[in-house]
Amino acid sequence: MTAAQVAHHRASTVEFRNVTKRYEAGAKDTPGAVNDLSLEVPAGRICVLVGPSGCGKTTSLKMVNRLIEPTSGQILIDGQDAADRDVIELRRGIGYVIQQVGLFPHQTIGENVVTVPRLLGWSRARQQERAEELLALVGLEPATYRDRYPSQLSGGERQRVGVARALAADPPIMLMDEPFGAVDPIVRERLQNEFLRLQEELAKTILFVTHDIDEAIKMGDLVAVMQTGGILAQFAEPAEILASPASEFVARFVGADRGLKRMSLSRVSDLELRRPITAKVGDVCSDARRRALADSFAYLLLVDEANRPVGWIGEDEIPTEGRLTESMGESMSPLMDRRTTLKDALSMLLDADVQAGIVVDRTGAVIGLVTADMIADWMRMTAVEPDFDSSEAPHPERTEVVEA
Amino acid sequence: MIRGDWIASNVPALIDATFDHVILTVVAVGVGLALSFALSILIYRRRSLSGAIIGVAGVLYTIPSLALFAFLVPFTGLSFLSAQIGLVSYTLLILIRNILAGFEGVPDDVVEAADGMGYGRARRFVSVELPLALPLIVAGIRIATVTTIGLVMVAAVIGQGGLGQVMVRGFNFRNDTAVYTGAVLIVALAIVADVALATAGRLVTPWSRARSR
Repeated sequence: MTAAQVAHHRASTVEFRNVTKRYEAGAKDTPGAVNDLSLEVPAGRICVLVGPSGCGKTTSLKMVNRLIEPTSGQILIDGQDAADRDVIELRRGIGYVIQQVGLFPHQTIGENVVTVPRLLGWSRARQQERAEELLALVGLEPATYRDRYPSQLSGGERQRVGVARALAADPPIMLMDEPFGAVDPIVRERLQNEFLRLQEELAKTILFVTHDIDEAIKMGDLVAVMQTGGILAQFAEPAEILASPASEFVARFVGADRGLKRMSLSRVSDLELRRPITAKVGDVCSDARRRALADSFAYLLLVDEANRPVGWIGEDEIPTEGRLTESMGESMSPLMDRRTTLKDALSMLLDADVQAGIVVDRTGAVIGLVTADMIADWMRMTAVEPDFDSSEAPHPERTEVVEA
Repeated sequence: MIRGDWIASNVPALIDATFDHVILTVVAVGVGLALSFALSILIYRRRSLSGAIIGVAGVLYTIPSLALFAFLVPFTGLSFLSAQIGLVSYTLLILIRNILAGFEGVPDDVVEAADGMGYGRARRFVSVELPLALPLIVAGIRIATVTTIGLVMVAAVIGQGGLGQVMVRGFNFRNDTAVYTGAVLIVALAIVADVALATAGRLVTPWSRARSR
């Protein structure tokens, strides 16, 4: 499937304008209230609503497709008030993914994914074609999965089907309510990565709800931190929220490990890579040895014909005569690419024999090196100290951040 | 003793009686299902009615069948109608309970997803909630049918018993063969009906057979 088939880059802006939702006091099991929420999500961006339980994030989301009607205020989609649109037609134009997925147990996976096209009255042939496209898009082999029922799938597979179903009619907006909350951490991470890759092609406007700040920072182009009572505490890019939290609440919610989180936002491509001293298998030893000794780094990187890493040779172990052979490159160090986060890179380096990560391109050829010192320098360079002391001394009124 | 010659010479009468038995059962379960469905939807729409409706169905269910048929005779006579009023009354509690359980068992997240994707209320009911409630509804129909097949026999006291008539006549004339033949046919009918409904139920709910591999 090519990107052109899937993506028409249809996306809408979504704007909350002074949106308030109140519930009667004493009413049971009501979702969180929302207090005068104003924010604008530009077309094609992911906005994550994050906060403790009862902060009104899910309420805010459900007001966009009018599963919940606001008490006051407006939600504008491409400038038009959602309240003025036919509610059924509005919902068919908005993809909706929920934590429990909510697949129809009585329908096959193929039927499930084309739910909205079916409601819209597409022809059978077009529905079928679309079902195959969508399953392939989310990484499920259509021939294998099309005729199965939801009960025959794993949690992660079901969640993929949920995403495929939400994308079926190519809606300009997607609402995702803890979409990866019900799967184990390993599957969650894979689904998150796949979804981000998909979004690069699709460029939908996405509102994404989570209680997990790490997920918010990872998934969001913009993050709206909400606090109990439905108050917007900060609305900014993830890096800004980590570097300069707007209030104590935000700082506490983000956590004391802000620095580590910032590293998970930045990638190897943000660093200026170090150039390694390399030599090809078959090169003359004496020449390679001379070049390695001239450099401050104590190792020579042995590469093959295609410039792919073979292994490290300590500069003292390079023979003085003869030619380099493949067996000389004994120790290896972690391979990473430009998209590897600094957090992952550092973690890989801490475990490695030679503390330099080898950055390779798509073909596996060496581009450069990353060392732990380079990461530490970069962190120092980019840090912004908040103008209040947030995480050191326990605050007298400190309230626990509840992770629902 | 079982007399083969009695059976042989009464085949047409036995077929008639079986046919009557089936008609009495099918009409009773059919009418019972229609009524129960309407009442269940009423309860589904207005929760406050649930106590009253289920209460009345429960009271009807507890009246001894012989007494109920006898009670109806002064009003509706020794008629098909009297038999049906009794038989239908007994299906209501079983069917309403199962239909309600079926709809209550539809997962909330499925309903929420359906709403969120733009199902109208009627369409959601017909193509999401009803199919998902079907396994429990079918289970209710099976119990109601088997129960009714047994109760039709009791309706013989008002002359509407199908195979029950055969048995009653057998008792009166000390004809063991008639008693046993009637009883065996009723049991056979119940088993056939149950298996047929179970099979039909599986055919219309293919997803319930598909389990994780």
